Amino acid sequence: MALFQIAEPGESAAPHEHKLAIGIDLGTTNSLVATVRSGISICLSDEQGRPLLPSVVRYHADNSTEVGYDAQTKQAIDPRNTIVSVKRFMGRGLKDIAHVESMPYDFIEAPGMVKVNTIAGIKSPVEVSAEILKSLKQRAETALAGDLVGAVITVPAYFDDAQRQATKDAARLAGLNVLRLLNEPTAAAIAYGLDNGAEGVYAVYDLGGGTFDISILKLTKGVFEVMSTGGDSALGGDDFDHRIFCWVIEQAKLQPLSPEDGRLLMMRCREAKEFLTNNPEAPLTARLSTGEMVDLKLDVTTFAGIAQTLISKTLQPVKKALRDAGLRAEDIKGVVMVGGATRMPQVQKAVGDFFRQEPLTNLDPDKVVALGAATQANLLVGNKTGKDDWLLLDVIPLSLGLETMGGLTEKVIPRNSTIPTARAQEFTTFKDGQTAMAIHVVQGERELVSDCRSLARFELRGIPPMVAGAARIRVTFQVDADGLLSVAAREQTTGVESSVTVKPSYGLSDDEIAGMLKDSMEHAKDDAMSRALKEAQVEAQRMIEATEAALKEDPHLLNEAETAKIVATIAKLRATMAGDNRRLINIAMDDLGFETQAFAHRRMDQSIKKVLSGRNVDDIKMGEDA
Amino acid sequence: MDIRADHFSLFGLSPGFRLDLSDLDSRYRDIQAQVHPDRFANAGDAERRLSMQWATHANEAYQTLKRPLERAKYLLHLAGHDVQAESNTAMPADFLMEQMEWREAVMEARSGGDHHELERLHNRLRGDINARYEELGELFDQGEHALATDRVRRLMFLEKLLYEIDDALASLEE
Repeated sequence: MALFQIAEPGESAAPHEHKLAIGIDLGTTNSLVATVRSGISICLSDEQGRPLLPSVVRYHADNSTEVGYDAQTKQAIDPRNTIVSVKRFMGRGLKDIAHVESMPYDFIEAPGMVKVNTIAGIKSPVEVSAEILKSLKQRAETALAGDLVGAVITVPAYFDDAQRQATKDAARLAGLNVLRLLNEPTAAAIAYGLDNGAEGVYAVYDLGGGTFDISILKLTKGVFEVMSTGGDSALGGDDFDHRIFCWVIEQAKLQPLSPEDGRLLMMRCREAKEFLTNNPEAPLTARLSTGEMVDLKLDVTTFAGIAQTLISKTLQPVKKALRDAGLRAEDIKGVVMVGGATRMPQVQKAVGDFFRQEPLTNLDPDKVVALGAATQANLLVGNKTGKDDWLLLDVIPLSLGLETMGGLTEKVIPRNSTIPTARAQEFTTFKDGQTAMAIHVVQGERELVSDCRSLARFELRGIPPMVAGAARIRVTFQVDADGLLSVAAREQTTGVESSVTVKPSYGLSDDEIAGMLKDSMEHAKDDAMSRALKEAQVEAQRMIEATEAALKEDPHLLNEAETAKIVATIAKLRATMAGDNRRLINIAMDDLGFETQAFAHRRMDQSIKKVLSGRNVDDIKMGEDA
Repeated sequence: MDIRADHFSLFGLSPGFRLDLSDLDSRYRDIQAQVHPDRFANAGDAERRLSMQWATHANEAYQTLKRPLERAKYLLHLAGHDVQAESNTAMPADFLMEQMEWREAVMEARSGGDHHELERLHNRLRGDINARYEELGELFDQGEHALATDRVRRLMFLEKLLYEIDDALASLEE
């Protein structure tokens, strides 16, 4: 395998076979969309040639929205209805959010995730994020002139299950087929590694607008293996703005500000921070609505003092990630800098001092995540020429566990486990005749349940009455390749078995998604029904294509009767698809899924055997251990 | 290939304690390259589900075989020996004595913030553990499973102790 090669222009898959796939960096401050064109990953720009889309959404009374630069310029005029940095609210309750007091929003505490009351009604962060994603989707569809097969959406590596689930829900709401949730530092490593033919252990230091990630990756011939990851999902460039803001309030001895003035001043603080990247001193002026004039100068030394605490806060997770990987700073071959906030010279210096080497800044820190995501999306939809191929092995950032007696956590899956992963644990009843059992799933590293994030609570009912300790309840945690958890509990005794599959409580149900879709459709003058039908048709088409490709590839794995049966089921699905009955399409898809199960097993079996047969079973060399 | 087959045969290896780790790495990667969900992102539901099961299984098998203590426990499990500490906690008095001395030394170094001493304890214990794995390899070679079970149980104590030393070192750094 010749890996680490991106196809030369003209060498990529033929245009009619090329599936349209995109990578989206859904950032706190800015978002981007990228795609692979003629073998090269590029960011797609808006009509005015701007690749960034500020992650800002403004709601109007008629439920219409402005997204991006237009919304950004209105934030000081209409702060209540103009949501910035919504990523900080994803999968978060009100108490989890820092600096709520300085935010202009009308927050509503809702179970699992906070909501915002706007002029257009109550909006969840999922809906706000979906507006940003829709805008990027539209940009991509216009630029690529076709229907998208799917998208890779990036998330901070340190996002927990609630935050990941919220992101995936937002993508669904935006009508995107999510190929994968990809960790931002890993996406950056793909972009960097493929471009530089890198081998060895690298650290990716990713300081975005609102999140900080550190990932330690081992890059070997065609494999990106995450060894450990760490971070702080509530620390980013925004916090530096906020510190400057506090400094201004103190220096200018300002009274509490109106939301409008607060936003205005915060924008000025950000500008000053950015100006200091290339200048020794930044002017900081603003005329407030009270007529008061703020007129200050922020010099580099003062700013370095302000930034110091925040920067050293990032180094704690760096140390922890190194420790988890069993490495020292000197084992790191290169440090890749990602995220706009790494432009600050103070950050670069601190990171350089820590690793005792110059950090790598040759890729645009704003674009590198989107570019990597697009590269991965292109691989996932199967647009490869055969020679550009790689494997990505990522990890879960935080331990998963269960609440046990006394409010303590029992870890079931430790942090930094390679995904997908599963673990089963057996429990028993502690009272005679007990017929139900409460199960509480948490995520985090702390010993006390109250210090961890509560992911789901559910009750397993219908346990047959038995003496204490006789029941066998098996709880299985499965973390998929998106880092998302599902929990199944099964009570298995004398023939009685009951099981439940749990979706964490903060995730949206299909009904809720449908409801939100309907709301947004009313405004878009589209029809939710027709959209759902379209989605089913696209899914059916995808399924037919996948099955036909498999039939072409491995006809020898089926006998004539089986092939005929599958072909007939495909034909039936195709016929149903042409109609407008979504329910019938879904049934036909289920049928095809059923008919191809054995075939799928045989194909998997064949591919594993192929790997093994390439090796001699007894080719075991004696080696050292531990 | 049966998903219920043992971890060694998944990687085309015959069961044994001695293992070339870099060879295991490359076998693991070859398997993942075939079964990983990224290979099936655009496939049908049945294949996607299977892929997740296989990739999960490959990860579990790899994690078990990669770590010598887990590998030894797994081998003993295959040979029908139970190493479950909770069901059989009687250990020789001299071993337990030694454990207590170790623990006292670690606690003292930890409370005194003695980074250097903790490093020293770590290195000493690491050396001791490695020598024990050497011995364990010989016991497995000779098919001495009962004796190996006893040695594995001791190693479980020692690995836990090593973890505590590392944890103490980590908390000093923070």
